[in-house]
Order: sequence, then structure tokens, then C-alpha cells
Amino acid sequence: MKQPKTMFAKVWEQHLVVEPAGEPAILYVDLHLVHEVTSPQAFEGLRLAGRPVHRTDRTLATVDHNVPTDRERVHIKDPIAAAQIEALRRNCAEFGVELFDVNSAEQGIVHMIGPELGATKPGMTIVCGDSHTSTHGAFGALAFGIGTSEVEHVLATQTLPQGRPKTFRIAVEGELPHGVTAKDIVLGIIGRIGTDGATGYAVEYAGSAIRALSMEGRMTVCNMSIEAGARAGMIAPDETTFAYLEGRRFAPKGPAWEEAKAAWRKLPTDEGARFDRELVIAAHELEPYVTWGTSPGMVVAITDVVPDPALGATEADRNGLARALAYMDLRPGTPIEEIAIDRVFLGSCTNARIEDLRAAAKVVAGYRVHPRVRAMVVPGSQQVKLQAEREGLDLLFKEAGFDWREPGCSMCLGMNPDILAPGERCASTSNRNFEGRQGQGGRTHLVSPAMAAAAAVMGRFTDIRTWVYKQAEVVA
Amino acid sequence: MQPFTTLTSTVAPLELSNVDTDQIIPKQFLKRIERTGYGEFLFFDWRQRPDFVLNRPGYRGAQILLAGRNFGCGSSREHAAWALEQYGFRCVLAPSFADIFHSNAGKNGILLVTLPEEQLERLLLQAKAGDGYALTVSLEENTITDAFGLELRFETDPFRRECLLGGLDDIGLTLRHGDALTAYEQRHDADAWMRARA
Repeated sequence: MKQPKTMFAKVWEQHLVVEPAGEPAILYVDLHLVHEVTSPQAFEGLRLAGRPVHRTDRTLATVDHNVPTDRERVHIKDPIAAAQIEALRRNCAEFGVELFDVNSAEQGIVHMIGPELGATKPGMTIVCGDSHTSTHGAFGALAFGIGTSEVEHVLATQTLPQGRPKTFRIAVEGELPHGVTAKDIVLGIIGRIGTDGATGYAVEYAGSAIRALSMEGRMTVCNMSIEAGARAGMIAPDETTFAYLEGRRFAPKGPAWEEAKAAWRKLPTDEGARFDRELVIAAHELEPYVTWGTSPGMVVAITDVVPDPALGATEADRNGLARALAYMDLRPGTPIEEIAIDRVFLGSCTNARIEDLRAAAKVVAGYRVHPRVRAMVVPGSQQVKLQAEREGLDLLFKEAGFDWREPGCSMCLGMNPDILAPGERCASTSNRNFEGRQGQGGRTHLVSPAMAAAAAVMGRFTDIRTWVYKQAEVVA
Repeated sequence: MQPFTTLTSTVAPLELSNVDTDQIIPKQFLKRIERTGYGEFLFFDWRQRPDFVLNRPGYRGAQILLAGRNFGCGSSREHAAWALEQYGFRCVLAPSFADIFHSNAGKNGILLVTLPEEQLERLLLQAKAGDGYALTVSLEENTITDAFGLELRFETDPFRRECLLGGLDDIGLTLRHGDALTAYEQRHDADAWMRARA
């Protein structure tokens, strides 16, 4: 009998081009996603060395990090941002790479459009010069973020030298309690294992609570794998995956579709396969979470209080906790539900998919945003924006007082004009609460879309499990 | 890439865990299309404070940085490695590093050394005195020494070590396997489900 294998091992081994003695393996890359911020120096490197893009058919580009989200955004006012976008246009034209530009009906955050186009598929290797490439692992792909030198390497050779990561199975078993979402699963995991808890590992998320998630939810979980330090996060493909992919532009059609599904059904981890590390979490123990500090691991349940920095293990840890409290202007022992907010950001590659917008719209329906709060919705892609408008979600948001904007990374990292002012406190559906991430001096609390929506209405964090839905029937 | 062989320098202590790449180089400096010009923006927000370690006179010109665990976590931006290198840092000592940053540092001639917490704490104590405490890091010998008889040995990945010592370019190394790549692509492209486009 054959040795049982993990899904990771199957994908890894199918992509080994060569394993030179004493060197890392050369891994083939099926799909390379490119955006404006981490690619210009890579294209310049190709130009200097006289190298072409090896496989333009395996390369897709879009603009997302820098683009403004206002209606007049075709004319970018920031000259340096405009020059970077212009550079991507020139590079794509010169090297023959397909670009989903700002006015394209398929523009969006790079990790949104890969799946939407059906370019992201099970069993593939996928890279991008962005750490949240782990998102694509939701389809059973091996997907990870790379630096610009590696972007150049992939453009030139369609391969990467890679050390083989270890494997880590995280199973979430049972049914998620009411009000607990995919975002809370991943925040709960990071809270338990820490921001370096999965460093050096490719994680496979498994268990009944993961299998019950939609593709949107699975993408949210895999997206934040990097926030636990993981090289990649993966979820086994199943009927949910196939139903999402069927008929999409770059998905196989006709007999090729059946052939593909047969191949994909062989991908899940074999019974009895061994992982280097395993963790089981009971779904019923998970709660709606809120980060209080400046690292995604600094997270507590909504009903909890801001912790005491004296609990840190080392001097460097205690320094970090104390610094985080000072930066966040919080005192130990403060109930999370008493923390007042100024801004709400509903967006990012973590939580700006249609399901996220539906969940938030359902919360705000019939309510008004708190008078102190400025709230914005930035759909992750043109396709999501269009779908939401078809469902009337934009009206629910606008009636509640939210700003309804154009797609992009926006305030997740504040490279475009959407930033926090110093001292402003934000409930954000994004992935990083680092110092200054959403604007210098800005204070970020990470939450699920429903929790962000409820915070927008209340002007402070509130437990979504006790929310009174006013017009639940409005939303499909 | 600039080779790394042996370096003797004063040591700057940054006693913080989970230093993320957003701190190393904030986003407002990622809009440039060049590979250079990032050094002056290293730790930009933190350097606004006069008491930040790199603003203290005792650490001017330090090429070795001591840090807490999980250094370089977060964003994949190679600009963080560019900023460190262009500011003058050639070596970082910490209990652990984030994966993507590790790879980016290696491609820019920066040596990352993983040391046990207790060894680092000793080095931190001495570096914090701010009186010019210096270390010699030898990648040829895999040792860290000081003027007072300290000698620590460290481990490095053999391939990464060879690349750093020789200043080798990865693309050139991969292109030696061009025949294997051609053969692989012929096989692999036949699988419809592995194509990026249907």
C-alpha cells in the first residue's frame, strides 16, 4: 500500500521541477499574480538582464494597493502613486502580461480577482508579491506571499527555489455558535498559537466547522494564516469548492471540467497521513473576538477586558505589550465593550466579499451609524460591488450613513488617501492592527464584518450575539 | 548581491518582539519604483522619537541589530530588507524571524542569525550600555565573538550560507536547470486543471 500523504505533500510533489543535491527544491508556479507595489523593481531587473516573462499565460496583474476609492479615481492625484500605476501599465504592455486595470469590470484586490476569475484552482501553486496570497489556499492550492526578488525570479523562470515547510493540521470541530464567523475562527487560532505559532509550517485547516464554511469564509481563514506566521494555509477542495468555480472565466469547461474534478478529488489528505504538528479546537469555545493591541495575536473575546502587560513571558514581550497599550491608549482591565470608536472600515482581502457585505448589511439595516463615527464600505472587487448593488446592499449601507466606495485595498494598509488621522480609533474588518498600519498614529481593532457593523451603529464595540436585527428579511 | 563574509560592528539593541515590516518601512514609502532610496526611511515612525535606539549617539553607524522574536513579521514587502541594508545593517540577531522576511534578507546580503533567548539576553545587556559594544560575526567560521573572549557558534542553512558568502544571484542558479524546466513544463502543461487559464 502507498504511504498516506497530506494534501500539502501531494501539491508540493506535483510541482517539483528538480531537487538539486544540497540546494532547495525548484518548485513550479502555476499562477503568478502581480500588483503595482511589489513589481516595478522586478520588471526593471528583467529589463536589465534582457530576460522576458517566461509564461505570460500564467501571469495576471491588477491595480489594488494604491488606487483611490472615490468615483473620480481614474485621475490619481498623488503623483508618486500615479507613477507606480503607470509603471505597471508600461511593464504589462512591454512584457505581454494581462492587466485588469482600474476601469476594468474585473478589477479588484488581487486575492479577490484570482478566485473570481477562476484562475485560482485546487492543486495549484500560486504566488504573489503580497503576504495575503495565503487566501488562495482556501481552494486547496499551495499559495504564499513572496518578496520582489522572488517576483523577478518567478517572472523569469516560472519557478522558485523553496525549502520544504513542515505540516500543521488545525482542526476546528463542531458547530460555530451564533454570531461567531470565519474571522473569529482565525482570530481565535492566532490568539491561541501566537503570531509566530505557525512559522515554518504549511497549515491545513480541517474539521467540521471548516468544512461547513462557504468559499468566502474559507478564504477569510486562509487569508490570515500569515498572521500566525504560516508559510501557507490550505483547505481541502470539495463540492463547495467545485460549485464556486464552475463556469468561471478561467475554470475548465466541458469534458475538461469533469477531468479536473476527478483530479481534484484526489487532493485531500489521505486517511492516516502524518502531520508534524496538530491542534484541535472545539468550535463551541470560539467567541466573537476583538484585537486590543498592535499585533493580531493581541486578541480577546468581546466580553473580555484589556489584559495586563505584566503577563508577558520575556522582557521583550512585556515591552511589546506595554508599548501596545500605550500606542492604543488603553488601560488594563477596561471592558472591550466600553471602548469607543471613531471610524469603521469594512473592506480588505480578508473581509470584503459578498457574504461579508451581506452580513454587515443585515446588522445595519434599519439603524443609523453613530453620530461620532465615520464608516465606509470598500467592496473587494468590481464584481462584489456589482453583486451587492444588485442585491440593494449599497442602499442599506447608504441609508445607515455608510460611505459606499470603489474597490481596492484602501484603508487596510492606507497606501491610498483612505487613512486614519492620528489618534483615531477604528473597528476594521482587515487583517493587521500594526502601529500606523491604517495611518500614522491610527488605532486599529480587528473584528468580523458583523461586529464592525454593530460597532458603527453603537459607536463602541458590542456583542453581536445579542444584536436585535431590524430588517433581517431584507437581505437574502 | 553584496557577499557577506565577516563583519565587525557596534550593536544596536531593539528589545521588542514581533517587529513587523510596517514598522521597518511604513507604507508611504512603498510607492517608489526604484530599489534604492529606502535607507533614510528605516523605522520612520519610531525615529520621530529622540530616545529611539537608532537616534542615540552610541549606536550611530551600527551594522548589527539585536531584536526580539518573530522579527520581520507581517507584510512581504522586500522594501524592509532594502531599507535595513541601505541604512547600513548587514546582520540581525534574534530568537526567530518571519519566513518571507528571512528569504528577502538573504537576497539582499543581510545575514540573519537565530540565537537562543538566553544568549541574546546577555548580548542585549551589553549592547544596552551604549558604550560602543561591538561584535564580530563571521559567516566563514559560523561564529560570533567580542573583544572580551565571547565565542558563540551559530547554525545557518548551508545553501543560504553559500549564496551569502558568494553573493550569488538566484535566477542564474535556477537557469542552470533549464532542461529540467522544459521537460517539466511539457508534462505539466498537459494537465488542464493546472493551467492558469482554461
